Amino acid sequence: MINNEVIAKAYSSINYVVAVTLFCIGLYALIIKPNLIKKFMGLNIIETSVFLFIISSGYVKGGVAPIYTHDTPVNALFVNPIPQALILTAIVVAVSVTALALSLIIKLYDQCGTLNANKLKELR
Amino acid sequence: MTTYLTSHSPILMEVTFLVGAALTPIISLIRKKLAFWWALIVSTLGFYFCTLAAAELYKSGPLSYYVGGWRPPYGIEIKFDYLGAFAFLILLLNIIILVYSKKYMEHEIREDKLPVYYTLVLLLVGGMVGFTITGDIFNMFVFMEILSLSGYALIAITEERLNAMASFKYLVMGALSSLLLLVGIAFIYNVTGSLNMADISVRLKEFAAPTTAYVAVAALIIGFTVKAAMFPVHIWLPDAHGLAPSPVSALLSGLVIKIGIIGILRIVFSVYRLAGPINFTYLLDVLEWFAVATVIFGAFFAFFQDDIKVIFAYSSISNIGYILMGIGLVSVANPAGSVNAMLGALTHVAAHAIIKTLLFLSAGAIIYKTGLRKLNDLKGIGKKMPITCMALVIGALSVTGVPGTVGFWAKWYVINGAFESGQIFFAIALLAGALMVFAYYIKIINVIFFRIPEGMDTKIEEAPLSMLIPIIVLAASCMVYGLFYIYPTINNYFMPVAKSLLGIL
Repeated sequence: MINNEVIAKAYSSINYVVAVTLFCIGLYALIIKPNLIKKFMGLNIIETSVFLFIISSGYVKGGVAPIYTHDTPVNALFVNPIPQALILTAIVVAVSVTALALSLIIKLYDQCGTLNANKLKELR
Repeated sequence: MTTYLTSHSPILMEVTFLVGAALTPIISLIRKKLAFWWALIVSTLGFYFCTLAAAELYKSGPLSYYVGGWRPPYGIEIKFDYLGAFAFLILLLNIIILVYSKKYMEHEIREDKLPVYYTLVLLLVGGMVGFTITGDIFNMFVFMEILSLSGYALIAITEERLNAMASFKYLVMGALSSLLLLVGIAFIYNVTGSLNMADISVRLKEFAAPTTAYVAVAALIIGFTVKAAMFPVHIWLPDAHGLAPSPVSALLSGLVIKIGIIGILRIVFSVYRLAGPINFTYLLDVLEWFAVATVIFGAFFAFFQDDIKVIFAYSSISNIGYILMGIGLVSVANPAGSVNAMLGALTHVAAHAIIKTLLFLSAGAIIYKTGLRKLNDLKGIGKKMPITCMALVIGALSVTGVPGTVGFWAKWYVINGAFESGQIFFAIALLAGALMVFAYYIKIINVIFFRIPEGMDTKIEEAPLSMLIPIIVLAASCMVYGLFYIYPTINNYFMPVAKSLLGIL
């Protein structure tokens, strides 16, 4: 049953709703699309959804960046910086995975002449 | 000097590899073939640091090292504990495989690609060592990515037709499982507010909301079982391990899939300590059933293969089942009563690493000399290459678990553990799996020794000495380790690992 309360709740946790939606879109592309590049784009979308999810978990409403200066109010609210640091590392990892995967796809196209997963299955 | 090196040895043994890998392309600007000697020097240096740490471990207990001097809950801790001592095995096998790969890779890939190969191998080994000895769960993820990425690239290093496809399949499965690991780590961080393993295991005890902890452990275990190639998620393994160049297959099949197992051991026994806020009984029961399926199906699919390396790859899947079974048989209520199952699992991690390295290296020697890899083409090869084929037979007998070889003790303890916990069905299934494995290895032995050669080049002889010596060393260690396993010094190595994991040391 969708009433105003449910909508308000979904809106207040919009980050998580978006993360799960993105995850489903990515998984769909990864499983259904035959083209390897599209498959890999699906994987990238899943990565983004996981990053969004973890970043959101460290966010504090009304929080500021955890940098202490002279202007920082005495009882200021800070967001948690550790999830951000983790995701920064994970983004670097994701970029390297993407680079490697794309170069593999180029090599695969040179060797097999197609990027269609269904046709590649028949090649073996 | 030595004490200074010993106190820093945990960090030195991984930094040596990471720095060494970064310097390899520069060194090889002088001469391409220098890359091999450089990789060998770096590996030996890493092995030296590991022996220092291992000596310290058995003299005065686990070593902790705080990176940059930051205390554990805040900084990264490196912990060379009993489970971390598997780094010793990784580094030892790495040197053996490196010596072997000099001739093999010169034959297999273009000369200008040799530095790439050695860089990737050093990165892979550095990642494995770092993963094994780290005490921080996010650091574990980073090292997992380092070793996985270099693993994907190593498979695709040759110009063979289907290698890029095998590598891509592995990459997609591996990247998905890495994301699961990341989600699990984020969940653990969210409920405990810490990333240090020892700190988490203290904080989890006070934690009252089990659902998040369940999700975290499920995500982590599924992630690691993909890396370890458990039955329903094993589909990447036969292509990847079967098509890769033989030294790479040996590294991947012998060591990299064990990293997934070490990850499971870390999470279940070091972080959650079999309890935390959740009940591990059902989870380990589920793992047992998957392990049985892995043993049976891995052995079953191997029947229908004719490529000798793909057969070995399927046999790896079957053997991972035994290790997972040993872990699954641990009883949550009475961990002290399941020492045998744990001992079997840990022995098999080491035993299978040695055996599978031996099998892939001897298969590689045959491929190097003949260029043939289909079983039917290899009839009577044993008469042409007697030493290599004898080593292959020792490996085959070890992997089936013939008494007197190393594989026997591992399977003995796992099946013993199944009987002890009253799971007669699992014990029978494991024995049946061992019989199936025996059947197809008998087929291999029959073909290579007792068939008359047909249409094979008559000039085939033994592989060069630099490939033969690693094979002989591995075959000898299979036999020595099997015959003297009961001898206290060797048995004393695995017992503390099992006991420290089960929390009864």
